[in-house]
Amino acid sequence: MTDTTRERQGSNLSQTPAVADVRLEDVVKRFDDSTAVDGISLEIPRGSFFALLGPSGCGKTTTLRMIGGFEEPTEGRIFLGDQDVVGRPPYKRDVNTVFQSYALFPHMSIEGNVAFGLERKRVPKDELKGRVAEILELVGLSGFAKRKPRQLSGGQQQRVALARALVNHPRVLLLDEPLGALDLKLRKQMQLELKRIQHEVGITFVHVTHDQEEAMTMADTIAVMSGGKIEQLGPPTELYERPATAFVAGFLGVSNLLPGTVEGADAIRLDEGTVVRAVLNGRSGQVAAGVRPEKISIGAGGGSNELPGTISETAYIGVATQVVVRTAAGTVQVFAQNMDAGGRIPAPGTNVVLSWAPESTFVVDRADSVMEEETE
Amino acid sequence: MGSFFHRHKGVTPYLLLAPGILWLAIFFLIPLAFLGYQSLQSGLFPDFQFTWEFSNFSNAIRDYHEQFARSFVYAGIATIACLVLAYPLVYWIAFRAGPWRNLFLLFIVAPFFVTYLVRTLAWLNILADEGPVVGVLRDLHVLGPDGRLLATTFAVVSGITYNFFPFMALPIYVSLEQIDPRLLEAAKDLYASSTQAFLRVTLPLSAPGIVAGTLLTFIPAAGDFINAALLGTPSQAMIGNVIQAKFLESLDYPSAASLSFLLMGSILVALLIYARIVGSERLTG
Ligand SMILES: Nc1ncnc2c1ncn2[C@@H]1O[C@H](COP(=O)(O)OP(=O)(O)OP(=O)(O)O)[C@@H](O)[C@H]1O
Ligand SMILES: [Mg+2]
Repeated sequence: MTDTTRERQGSNLSQTPAVADVRLEDVVKRFDDSTAVDGISLEIPRGSFFALLGPSGCGKTTTLRMIGGFEEPTEGRIFLGDQDVVGRPPYKRDVNTVFQSYALFPHMSIEGNVAFGLERKRVPKDELKGRVAEILELVGLSGFAKRKPRQLSGGQQQRVALARALVNHPRVLLLDEPLGALDLKLRKQMQLELKRIQHEVGITFVHVTHDQEEAMTMADTIAVMSGGKIEQLGPPTELYERPATAFVAGFLGVSNLLPGTVEGADAIRLDEGTVVRAVLNGRSGQVAAGVRPEKISIGAGGGSNELPGTISETAYIGVATQVVVRTAAGTVQVFAQNMDAGGRIPAPGTNVVLSWAPESTFVVDRADSVMEEETE
Repeated sequence: MGSFFHRHKGVTPYLLLAPGILWLAIFFLIPLAFLGYQSLQSGLFPDFQFTWEFSNFSNAIRDYHEQFARSFVYAGIATIACLVLAYPLVYWIAFRAGPWRNLFLLFIVAPFFVTYLVRTLAWLNILADEGPVVGVLRDLHVLGPDGRLLATTFAVVSGITYNFFPFMALPIYVSLEQIDPRLLEAAKDLYASSTQAFLRVTLPLSAPGIVAGTLLTFIPAAGDFINAALLGTPSQAMIGNVIQAKFLESLDYPSAASLSFLLMGSILVALLIYARIVGSERLTG
């Protein structure tokens, strides 16, 4: 097994960076009474930090478990490198998992836990010792080698779980909500640490989370999932700036979606009559024009798209002031930056003009945008 | 009441322990002391005198070392047989039986709804010369035409194995049932085959159950006399049969008491050796 790892690392140099470490082709997973994963295709490039993001029950864990070999897909193919691994048991896949519950072996020391995989791969004693010490150093647990898992804090256990997987130098590391059990502060700290470690070891990370902020902080590429399907896949900025669906627009951050109809090459006539310019990406017919709250200025001058309205509420939230504006096109949320103390946010009841740039205007389907508003 | 417990926090645990301690004192320690007293008496029923009669002990060893040894061998074999039979069964129940688990557990304890004596008498019928088992084995020429199962060592050990089986099965089940299946997934994720995952994770995590099961089986089995009495002959007699005969038939209380003490002592020694082997941390938790 170590030989294959070395081979791979050796050949790494000569290969183009575009090689996908993980590839799913039309993967479907049905359980007795439900379809957990409903036709997913994706490619995860070598060395990337990939996040599977989605609400509870959307099939993230199931997807991860199929890559790890704990579930077999009902349909479709899964490749690790260029090998189809469907039907191959987990212990024959060059993949390791950090489980949500950590699943540390309670009867073994930290050292024993971390050495488990290397022992199974029959790594010679000397090398094993060195690698275990090195990885414990990397996760900052050098002094804890002899302890039992129950003698560690949650954050420390999480690091052990990470070390236990990483020490094997897998092709891909799968992480299922690895930070879910930690408190907010520790979670933030571990997010950065995970990212540092990923940079250091250069292994492909596939990270499952339902926390959009976590995914944005850590991942190079995010696949947003909903109902067993991938809604959109791309780098965080693209998902945020150009959400392709109303679901993505609502799941990543806050969006204002204004229903309208495409008119010409770069304009949308909102249902109440105002025309706004947008990046249409070839869409036509009934759509919704979307804009992020922080892209909107109160008063003219924020861009050529303008919409009149009345301020109905303002809330000071420190970094920004959240302003709710009632317009003929619907309620619009605005985050006004608190650039100077005292602020110049007009009081509720004031009539204002909202303005934003056409480049900040994205387009999504209207049908689900209506649904989205209903559920919110 | 509440304020009393608050003011005397240190007292509370002892108050909670008190009923148990009282129980042990009345029904175990006092009879034990009396037994010790009796074991050093001499004379004939009913006129025993306390004479520091230590020869009771040396005589007991001299006369009955064979039954002692037999008790330990039988109990040992039965314990191993229980372990070998119980482990795969409860493993299957814990990991594979799904919603039927409790039903299967009920089957394991079901024989306990019948008294010990009747259960053993049932084996008398099962193993009888005219019984179905012997008949089949004779037809298959496993047993000779006059071969029998009853009144053999096999019968006695089988009886003990059968009667103490739940004491082995239940503790092992409990320890297996507590194992988080994700640990086994983690083991497989870390390149362990099913066998390796069993040996490195499941087995060590079920060790406390195995230890508890072997103790719960071996200790009472070593002192058992019903199985040897009903399914065996005098040449299968265990130390329990001797003690029973001394107490109830020859009314030789001092000998019976010293034999009881020797049995207790030797079980204790066996336990200590066992603890040394399996590692005392397993016994003390
Ligand atoms: N073993 C199973 N048997 C039947 N249904 C299952 C099984 N595992 C998952 N499911 C179903 O598949 C769907 C997706 O589950 P999955 O665990 O992948 O969700 P998830 O995206 O990881 O959610 P969460 O964020 O809550 O962990 C759910 O509706 C779930 O009920
Ligand atoms: Mg999940």
